[in-house]
Amino acid sequence: MHPILGQFRRMVLYLIAWIPLAILLAYLLGTTHAVSEREALALAFPLCLIYAFVCLSAWYPCRVTPLDQTKLSTLLVTHATSAVVATALWILAGKLLAVELANVSAFRGLEKRFSTEIPLLVGTGILFYLLSVAFYYVLLAVEASRDAEARVLKASMLAREAELRALKAQVNPHFLFNSLNSISALTSSDASKAREMCILLGDFLRRTLGLGEKSSISLREEMSLIHAFVAVEKIRFGSRLQMEETVAPEALDVDIPPLLLQPLVENAVAHGIANLVEGGSIRLQAALAGGDLSIVVENTFDPDAPPRRRNGVGLANVRQRLAARYGNRASFGAGPDGECFRVAIHMPAERKESAS
Amino acid sequence: MTQDAHRKIRAMIVDDEELARQVLREFLSAHADIELVAECANGFEAVKAAAERKPDLIFLDIQMPKLDGFEVLELIGMDAAIIFVTAFDNHAIRAFEVHAVDYLLKPIAVYRFEAALARARERIENKSSPAAPKASELAAAARPPAQYLDRIPVRDGTSVFIIPVAKLDYAEAQDDYVALASQGKKHLKQQTISSLEAALDPSRFLRVHRSYIVNLERVVKVEPYGKDSYVAVLNTGVQLPVSRAGYSRLRSLLDR
Repeated sequence: MHPILGQFRRMVLYLIAWIPLAILLAYLLGTTHAVSEREALALAFPLCLIYAFVCLSAWYPCRVTPLDQTKLSTLLVTHATSAVVATALWILAGKLLAVELANVSAFRGLEKRFSTEIPLLVGTGILFYLLSVAFYYVLLAVEASRDAEARVLKASMLAREAELRALKAQVNPHFLFNSLNSISALTSSDASKAREMCILLGDFLRRTLGLGEKSSISLREEMSLIHAFVAVEKIRFGSRLQMEETVAPEALDVDIPPLLLQPLVENAVAHGIANLVEGGSIRLQAALAGGDLSIVVENTFDPDAPPRRRNGVGLANVRQRLAARYGNRASFGAGPDGECFRVAIHMPAERKESAS
Repeated sequence: MTQDAHRKIRAMIVDDEELARQVLREFLSAHADIELVAECANGFEAVKAAAERKPDLIFLDIQMPKLDGFEVLELIGMDAAIIFVTAFDNHAIRAFEVHAVDYLLKPIAVYRFEAALARARERIENKSSPAAPKASELAAAARPPAQYLDRIPVRDGTSVFIIPVAKLDYAEAQDDYVALASQGKKHLKQQTISSLEAALDPSRFLRVHRSYIVNLERVVKVEPYGKDSYVAVLNTGVQLPVSRAGYSRLRSLLDR
């Protein structure tokens, strides 16, 4: 869409902007003394009106040759060619105008005097055309930056949404209902164990509740959340669930988005351990390397497990949240590796400036 | 035919979590007329125990190692009354709508347990009550929509084979059964060929004949065979009859 053509208000403003140019042209025509002041004015205004419309066409070559994506030579050739063509057209129109005006008694012989003005008109024609080119490039740049702003805004809104969705989806109903069922079983067989499980489950839920408003927590806090979760699941699965962790002490203070790793451990239980008759183990490793935090969560799994009725929503969430927050500074990989399912995350190791 | 009216009901519990089995065991212990004949922690065990112990009533968890609850059901048939036990599963509820005796949600309330048991008793005592659907129909109803099978469990006596659909060469109808040809062997399964056809991905498997479904990846060539009929030659050398309708389906699939 042409930014001026077809929009009445802009068209009016654009034509008004040409009035000073018309006055300038009239002045320049007058300086040669080939034409009178009156003749200069009579030529300059219609000529500028015509040229205002001719210069509207400068927008099209500008649009197809964006400044940052076009070779300089192409730019020069394109605009020089169109400037010459526009100027030639303009002078032709000027000549016709002069011939017409010469019919009026006051302007007799104007068509001959007009010829001496041609070099001046070539100069101004090319100059005005290039001015329009510059004007359109500014317009395109403004438009592009406005688009970019809108894109950034949209991306951050999507990120926020994804994060909220992820947080809401956190407490898995499967986990909750199965835990309650375990407590129900224990009340008659082992009341103190039932109480212990209530407390562990309460502890886990309380920790997840507080996290909704925070944008980041330390790995230390995330790990204690995971410990609370695993403690509950260990009562449910008994000896089937083993957990090994190797977390470098210096990694514990790194800030991460809350509930980034707990869903991975939950996945490892639900899709790995729960499908193994004899159970298996989950290994969690976290270490600092350079400026990066690298985390690996692995679990044994049965490649021939029954088909999934819930797919990897948890993994997709973690991937999305990492991408939304760190862009390409973070990487996420997940997949089977023999009898193991491995999720590996690399992300910038950020720390709070001061302790909160 | 006389039947001992006071015969005990033989019940079986299938759940991979010990604590979940414990709750059911405790609830069942209050009923003197129910005998717990087996407890299983995974699908394979369940199929084996069902074949050996012939239970009247099965409490069946959905998510389990090896075989899930629906696959177990598909293999053991509908001779026993089934009560699904699940934490949270919309599919179980859908399956119930197609006639499991009942379903129980964890944590299980005693009154819900008693109600389910009462329904099960009724079903067991007059076996002819509402025509039981085929197990495969139940399993089909439980499968999430727009999702095709990626494996087919098959039972042979007390043992279970899993055939990944990628390894299925073709299926042949044999009365109430289908013979599944995979890796040089044939496995019989009680299922109609139409219900198998509906469960398989139509872009990978095609019903080329009233009695045959073929894995398209196995087809090497299709040759004319007499008037109006064709044969499909598989990479294993097997030749399958192709009907005229099957041939046009095959052509339209290959032309795409």
